[in-house]
Amino acid sequence: MKILICISHVPDTTSRIKFTADGKQLDKQGLQFIIGPYDDYALARAVELKEAHGGTVTVLNVGTAETEPTIRKALAIGADNAIRIDAEPTDSWFVARQIAEVAKDQGYDLILMGRESIDFNGGVVHGMVAEMLGLQAFSPVMMLDVVDGKVKMAREIEGGKEYLEATMPLVAGCQEPIAEWKIPNMRGIMTARTKPLEVRAASDETKLTTHVHFELPPPKGAVVMIDPSNPEELIQKLVEEAKVL
Amino acid sequence: MSVLVFVEVADGQIKKSSLEAISYGAAIAEKANTQVIALVPGTISGYDLSGLGAYGADKVLHAEDEKLNTQGIRAFGTAIIQAMKSADAKFLIMAKSSLSDIIGARVSVEMQAAIATNVSGLPEINGTFSVPRSIYTGKAFGRVELSTECKILGIRKNAVSLRNDDKKAIVEKFAISFADNDFAASITNVEKADGDILLTEAEIVVSGGRGLKGPENWQMLEDLAKALGAGMGCSKPVSDLEWRPHHEHVGQTGVKVSPNLYIAVGISGAIQHLAGVSSSKVIVAINKDEDAPFFKAADYGICGDAFEIIPRLTKAVKALKN
Ligand SMILES: Cc1cc2nc3c(=O)[nH]c(=O)nc-3n(C[C@H](O)[C@H](O)[C@H](O)COP(=O)(O)OP(=O)(O)OC[C@H]3O[C@@H](n4cnc5c(N)ncnc54)[C@H](O)[C@@H]3O)c2cc1C
Ligand SMILES: Nc1ncnc2c1ncn2[C@@H]1O[C@H](COP(=O)(O)O)[C@@H](O)[C@H]1O
Repeated sequence: MKILICISHVPDTTSRIKFTADGKQLDKQGLQFIIGPYDDYALARAVELKEAHGGTVTVLNVGTAETEPTIRKALAIGADNAIRIDAEPTDSWFVARQIAEVAKDQGYDLILMGRESIDFNGGVVHGMVAEMLGLQAFSPVMMLDVVDGKVKMAREIEGGKEYLEATMPLVAGCQEPIAEWKIPNMRGIMTARTKPLEVRAASDETKLTTHVHFELPPPKGAVVMIDPSNPEELIQKLVEEAKVL
Repeated sequence: MSVLVFVEVADGQIKKSSLEAISYGAAIAEKANTQVIALVPGTISGYDLSGLGAYGADKVLHAEDEKLNTQGIRAFGTAIIQAMKSADAKFLIMAKSSLSDIIGARVSVEMQAAIATNVSGLPEINGTFSVPRSIYTGKAFGRVELSTECKILGIRKNAVSLRNDDKKAIVEKFAISFADNDFAASITNVEKADGDILLTEAEIVVSGGRGLKGPENWQMLEDLAKALGAGMGCSKPVSDLEWRPHHEHVGQTGVKVSPNLYIAVGISGAIQHLAGVSSSKVIVAINKDEDAPFFKAADYGICGDAFEIIPRLTKAVKALKN
């Protein structure tokens, strides 16, 4: 089985986000970057599928040279080789075009991504790639198995789950509990250093969106503490003061 | 030209978030001096679709095809693309949901339309067209410009208030010609609790954390939720431990909610949890540890034992409602 897994390179989930004073860019100082948490679930599942069925896992990132440690981590977790498209990933369409270009005519059976990136939270790159390649896309996928050449999936819907069957090739946006995150072991880290990481130039420059300004939400006012011996006062305040009941 | 709004239907009922999407579409249509067309897929029970006029729709296209009663991602996309072409729509407005994201992506490619999801407010139109959106999982906002003629927006809950226009929409049937591969994936089973208030749609959410000690203690929270008419949520460890189903887990890796009132019980307030709730209008934290980080993110707090406090709150709410 030939699997392509697309990863984003995003600030760690514990990060406090800051922007430069002009509100034009993320202030990267002091930030740790990681594989997008949903992408990390997809990667873990891809490695499990390879272990079960054989084949290869190729990891793909659209990003500048600073994403290479993140890509190496994906190789350490078990991907076989990597491709980096050397460009700033600022627009979903642009990213999707690069991925579609890499995947085109390469015979990938599965193209796995996260359900969304946790920086711009678009939730659209997988759907776009599928459409560009004439494939079907599914998201958010929380279970994915390949049985007798068929893909069995569970997709989270509001208030429950939907079980699906489809044929390969397909694109899926994954989330937990599709697999457990894998932590690279020493051997993985050593071999990752020598696994191939190919860098390619962007194939198409079109962008449809531009984030022109960033800001933080207004700070919260101080919390009003209610006497625990009189919790009924909370309900009264929610009615009279906050007017939400 | 026109503004097309895709209306999501759950169990034959129109979702409230889709009514907000119609009102959002109406705000754009007013500026562009054009009309709002709502596309309603599948079977509707007990609702006169002309009533969508009150939220701002001029016309309703009802694609009353049973095949659209399930979440056929590709088929919905096909329906939207045909409606957009027939109505010469330059905008597609949808309520943000996990379904609308993936449908929007397909339509974006097919219609060469820029897409913005998680839109948190009305657009600014002066030469360029831009909208505010929630980014970094609720930790920040960004303003994004869409540079194509045709545009797609996924609107977050509570981004606009519902209109109350004195008009009725014209309702027309809309027939769709599906492609062979629109139903190529077969839905083999759906597991869904009936009658529950959907977490993402709820005006009030009651959420429990590991502080509740075990699944057997959720009855207490369910009673409070029932009294309030609230949806139920939980923290990630709670769903990891399978005390509650996965779709109830709120936060960075779970559902993002923006209700009017979020009540967190026995949840510490880790940054990954807060990421999913920070755009709630009013937040209440109930925790026995006075240093729990949730108190810093809350509007109201009670420092005490949930097992004593929650039953009393339920009683007070019931007294209020009677
Ligand atoms: C990449 C990543 C993503 C994550 N995503 C999410 C996410 O999406 N959502 C999420 O929730 N978490 C997420 N987490 C986990 C998060 O970091 C916290 O571990 C988690 O939110 C803690 O859950 P909790 O508050 O229920 O449990 P705890 O941290 O164990 O807190 C329990 C709280 O209950 C209080 N308590 C105990 N007994 C009582 C009582 N009798 N009455 C009142 N209060 C009581 C305690 O004081 C404590 O504050 C993520 C973590 C990582 C690393
Ligand atoms: N720069 C990128 N390089 C590779 N894959 C990406 C990139 N950005 C997003 N993706 C993939 O697309 C998914 C959806 O991203 P998004 O639409 O940005 O939320 C992510 O979970 C990743 O799997």
